[in-house]
Amino acid sequence: MNWSAKYTALKTIIIKEYLRFIRIWMQTVLPPAITTALYFVIFGNLIGSQIGDIDGYKYMDYIVPGLILMAVITNAYGNVVSSFYSAKFQKSVEELLVSPIPNYLILSGYVMGGIARGIIVGIVVTVVAMFFTDIEIHSYSLSLLVFFLTASLFSIAGFINAVYANSFDDISIIPTFVLTPLTYLGGIFYSIEMLPEFWQSISLVNPILYMINAFRYGFIGITDTDLNVAISIIVFFNILLFSYAMHLLNKGIGIRQ
Amino acid sequence: MYALEIRDLKKTYKNGTQALKGVDLHVEQGDFFALLGPNGAGKSTTIGIISGLVNKSAGEIRVFGYDFDREQTQAKSCIGLVPQEFNFNQFERVEEILVNQGGYYGIPRPLAYERAETYLKQLALWEKRHVMARELSGGMKRRLMIARALIHQPRLLILDEPTAGVDIEIRRSMWQFLEKINQQGTTIILTTHYLEEAESLCRNIAIIDHGCTIEHTSMKRLLNQLNNETFILYLQQPLTDETILRSGELAKFEIQLSDENTLEVSIDKDSHINQLFNLLTDQQIHVLSMRNKTNRLEQLFMCLVDKNRNNAELLETLQQTTEVDTLL
Repeated sequence: MNWSAKYTALKTIIIKEYLRFIRIWMQTVLPPAITTALYFVIFGNLIGSQIGDIDGYKYMDYIVPGLILMAVITNAYGNVVSSFYSAKFQKSVEELLVSPIPNYLILSGYVMGGIARGIIVGIVVTVVAMFFTDIEIHSYSLSLLVFFLTASLFSIAGFINAVYANSFDDISIIPTFVLTPLTYLGGIFYSIEMLPEFWQSISLVNPILYMINAFRYGFIGITDTDLNVAISIIVFFNILLFSYAMHLLNKGIGIRQ
Repeated sequence: MYALEIRDLKKTYKNGTQALKGVDLHVEQGDFFALLGPNGAGKSTTIGIISGLVNKSAGEIRVFGYDFDREQTQAKSCIGLVPQEFNFNQFERVEEILVNQGGYYGIPRPLAYERAETYLKQLALWEKRHVMARELSGGMKRRLMIARALIHQPRLLILDEPTAGVDIEIRRSMWQFLEKINQQGTTIILTTHYLEEAESLCRNIAIIDHGCTIEHTSMKRLLNQLNNETFILYLQQPLTDETILRSGELAKFEIQLSDENTLEVSIDKDSHINQLFNLLTDQQIHVLSMRNKTNRLEQLFMCLVDKNRNNAELLETLQQTTEVDTLL
């Protein structure tokens, strides 16, 4: 395959993935918008007014970046895990396996599909947020960098989950029992400085904490963690999981007999 | 250079099942090749390995000279696969499935759309191009998989039971289509349980059983191995006296009266069927029509598979005896 053919192959997977989630936008794009709007109304407006400011920001403004990133994490992960597992379940993954498309392009295509859903959902949630707040974004470049790296990381994680999954139950275990708790405990709704010292130390083991804080810094200019450490952690996990996913694909684990 | 060359292909699954114990095959360019074998013989595993869906345990595969281990991209580009089971996204539209498959082979979308139109029209699916795959009938789904396998215009088309569960009319139209693309230069490997399909379409044949190649020859040479054939003769008038068949020259033939209007005759390779007809006419027995009792290839296939099984059983018994002797 020459570079032009590889580009066509990658583009095909991305278009296919994009059309897949856009076709069912009522299940993929709309729910995060509604959920986030409810968070803003309940936590931001009703409860938030009782809490007061955090680090000089209104509670509503404080939770906006975390809520956007939570939607991105959930949707990037969910897109790839459900799409790739469905392809395995229906055996349509064989269409890719018999073709000469290299494994790194298969993985990249699915990851970019996940990022695409992350972007669309991120934009929708940000638009919803704008009805409740009027934040001036602190750093567009940093916000976008963290946004892409996080969407990429959780798309790869979704891919790995799909490779190992043997039933539809297996694709909901990680999001329910790992992803959601880590996201909620990652400082979306609070600053870890509000926690006792012991729980602060525990929180620092949670990688999602760094992503949310880095994104919050890009959005409103405040963070609980060191920015360089946060970016390094996100990049490190991206490289680690991408390498692992490639290893799984090359070995054919979960997809080849 | 062969279209496909397989040497000592072995596959042992994780559960310990040894699906292939050393398959050797070679398929000439432009051939229409039958790969036959009973259920569980290893045909689908062999095809799975050739197409990259199954990892082999040992052996060597070359596709149009490309080594499958070292030049997998080139080798895969030469192959089009029509698998046994439906393996497309049931929620995608027919045309979309073809265009996407073209994309995976690096075919730009405008060209993929052109080719999709060509093959969908040739396989009578053009009217269904906007329909979701799950809404197609079984026969249509099979044809869709053929169209999909052809979208990148492969030099080698592998069909794993493409006509399974398809009615005879569609089956015949599929045969015609496959013959046409074979005449245009595409090498075809076909596995099927309809042996008349293999006999009428294929020029060369390999039979696999218990993970080994037990026969690899031309269809003509294989059919020549048949020592006798059984025919069913339908009589013009009922025959009540069976003793006529046991007397005189007719006794030389193995004839059975199935019912008063039907005879079953087994004729040796060296005997002449004309002689039988003359003898029957002398006895005022007139034949209205006749047919082969079983497909010739089917008869041979059963003989070869049975022989292989008997040999395997004999070998097993010998091994057991040797083990007992050693213990004693």
